[in-house]
Amino acid sequence: MSLRNKLGKPRASFSDRLGGFRSRPQVDQAVWDELEEALLGADVGLPTTSSLLEQVRRQAEKDSVVDPEEVLNLLRKEMVRFFQDADLELNRSGAPSVWLFVGVNGVGKTTTIGKLTHREITAGRSVVLAAGDTFRAAAVEQLTQWGNRSEVTIISGAEGSDPSSVIFDAVEHAAARGSDLVLADTAGRVHTKSNLMDELRKVRRVAEKGAGTVTETLLVLDATTGQNGLMQAKQFTEAAEVTGVVLTKLDGSARGGIVLAIQSELGIPVKLVGVGESIEDLMIFEPTAFVDALFG
Amino acid sequence: MFESLSNRFEGILKKIRGKGRLGPEEIDEILAEIRSALLEADVNLGVIRTLQDRIRQRALGEELSGILNPGQQVVKIVLEELTVVLGGETMRLAYASKPPTVVLLAGLQGSGKTTTAAKLARWFKSQGRNPLLVGADLARPAAVEQLRTLGDRLSVPVFSEPSDPVAVAAAGLAEAQRLGRDVLICDTAGRLSVDDDLMDEVANISAAINPDYSFLVVDAMTGQDAVGVAETFHERLALDAVILTKLDGDARGGAALSIRQVVGKPIAFASTGENLEDFEAFHPDRLASRILGMGDVETLIEKAEETFEKEEAEAAAARMLDGTFTLDDFLEQIRQLRKMGPISNLMGMVPGMAQQMKGVDTEVDEGRIDRLEGIIHSMTEAERAQPEMIDGSRRMRIAQGSGTQVAEVTQLVKQFREMKKMMKQMGGGPRGKKKRGKKGRKGGGRTTQRGPAPLPKKGLSLPGLGENDPSAGFEGFDLGGGNPFG
Repeated sequence: MSLRNKLGKPRASFSDRLGGFRSRPQVDQAVWDELEEALLGADVGLPTTSSLLEQVRRQAEKDSVVDPEEVLNLLRKEMVRFFQDADLELNRSGAPSVWLFVGVNGVGKTTTIGKLTHREITAGRSVVLAAGDTFRAAAVEQLTQWGNRSEVTIISGAEGSDPSSVIFDAVEHAAARGSDLVLADTAGRVHTKSNLMDELRKVRRVAEKGAGTVTETLLVLDATTGQNGLMQAKQFTEAAEVTGVVLTKLDGSARGGIVLAIQSELGIPVKLVGVGESIEDLMIFEPTAFVDALFG
Repeated sequence: MFESLSNRFEGILKKIRGKGRLGPEEIDEILAEIRSALLEADVNLGVIRTLQDRIRQRALGEELSGILNPGQQVVKIVLEELTVVLGGETMRLAYASKPPTVVLLAGLQGSGKTTTAAKLARWFKSQGRNPLLVGADLARPAAVEQLRTLGDRLSVPVFSEPSDPVAVAAAGLAEAQRLGRDVLICDTAGRLSVDDDLMDEVANISAAINPDYSFLVVDAMTGQDAVGVAETFHERLALDAVILTKLDGDARGGAALSIRQVVGKPIAFASTGENLEDFEAFHPDRLASRILGMGDVETLIEKAEETFEKEEAEAAAARMLDGTFTLDDFLEQIRQLRKMGPISNLMGMVPGMAQQMKGVDTEVDEGRIDRLEGIIHSMTEAERAQPEMIDGSRRMRIAQGSGTQVAEVTQLVKQFREMKKMMKQMGGGPRGKKKRGKKGRKGGGRTTQRGPAPLPKKGLSLPGLGENDPSAGFEGFDLGGGNPFG
């Protein structure tokens, strides 16, 4: 199923808006203004929007484009180009590979791990889950419920225990069994809390003390996130060397345009996209599909 | 990364300095800067446009009137308009006349509803209420367990059952009535606003429990989508207010403030941290200044004042307990007390006080307090420090100076002496010391799950008050805020 089909109806109003734009007889200032509004309304942010449109404008002038539809295509191409050079592959080179999931509270870390577990198991890989969110009440139960659906081992500690040691134990367990992958949950944290970011630094460090290698640190980002997403990406990268973004809840009305800003300003690619509530609803990020979906 | 609006203004103002009047181009340049700053703060595009129009109109209008002094005048217009759009009053909650007061929480997935439910329960408890938490989020794995754990931490009962959400909510309401809980807080499943099934579900829950307040829980980090989401919820639930979560980060919360402008509903509470006590009534104007980069000046000032008064009061309390409390300290106490408004109003502000005082004449004679102040003012410094030196002729002089009777002066001095003696006794034992520390930190009006703390049968009375009729005074009246009479 394509991303566009998955996202369905809510996008209609957006494409309606661009529909009016497409019927314009020529490329005038109003066309550029409408494109800008559309991008800003999708949370792409002003700096990235401006530089994108600047590129497209130059190209349009060079090619003497007079059709608004053609301008839109140029913009699409430019946006896809944004993501193209990025490394979108998930790195599985460790033995086991440890993938850390980090992010602010409520973005969907635990749910993402649940869905990804299903995906990996279905693909024939062996997975161990580390319940590293020892802070939030019932976080372990939530992960356990997801884990049980895929029948995988979950290593957990007591509530309030040190997340580093829980994740370390999980890595040891996976190494002893020869498992391929450790998916490590962490507690949600607001990126401005320096003590919690220090804790994350330690988690990242301790996870590699044993046999495993942290090959991915994935920042889970809610598609409704606004310009603050950029600050999150910056701070989490500083603490835990973020290698990619998981964009969740893209099936809502929000378009997640902030990932363009994150790619353009910080060079961090999107690797996974969450598009629904069922266990299958996690997709590998495809730039063209994402850009098409953004424009409705 | 965030450049404050005031910084941006400085740059523009430098450019336009020296110009007699502003043309449309300069104003457009200013408006572009404002737009850029507001976009960074996630203020909704439509709201920005409205603001720009209003500012442009006023700026050009006043320019035509010829009285525009470019720099400050424009800044003034901008600040005024921003405050109108982003500001507003702090919301006040009224309780249902027939309990329980029913509160429904709705919101997108991950906005923080469950945690907010617990924080709200804690807040209601601190207001002397007895909340019941109802877990109607049966969709997210372990959501009810999370609520139960948080409820346990707060000693607030949690009701849920594995049936369907509407039935749970309805049964929760019956449970609240059965247990005599006066506030019900209903947590619901998170949803993507476009999900019709879940929207129907929350609308059905709302119909089943007929909430007094429907709150939309909104993440402060939300972007442009927030307004549309709020509109969708508002259509189905008739929202009363917004609760803003995760405001402890560096997000500026412009999206949530835009909700107020577009949907017309205020932000009632804000969550400012992970702990259950990090939750407070919201001051919209303060977030407006956060967006403008002017800092939360008001809060800072309030904090400073609080600390100052607390220190002052604690010092006085210490002097009281070691017996060096003077009439000057006493005068200061009266001043502090009166700053808070008429005594009879104060009584109403203390939770549970109204019931406790039922049948008791709470009319305090303000005139008598005036006379008390007058008497002390008519004393010399030495007399205030050592009232025992006040002899017959001094009494006469003081009475004349304050326009009171000699007997009143005698009475004040006598009672003050007794009070000091009693205080010293209290200060002698460790119990007294402990009590003082507690009061200083927490502020008064202690309420427990069992209801307000009972007033002591025989407390301290203010000298000069209620000498003849004890019920006319305010015995054992705990003013809180470190008041040493507590």
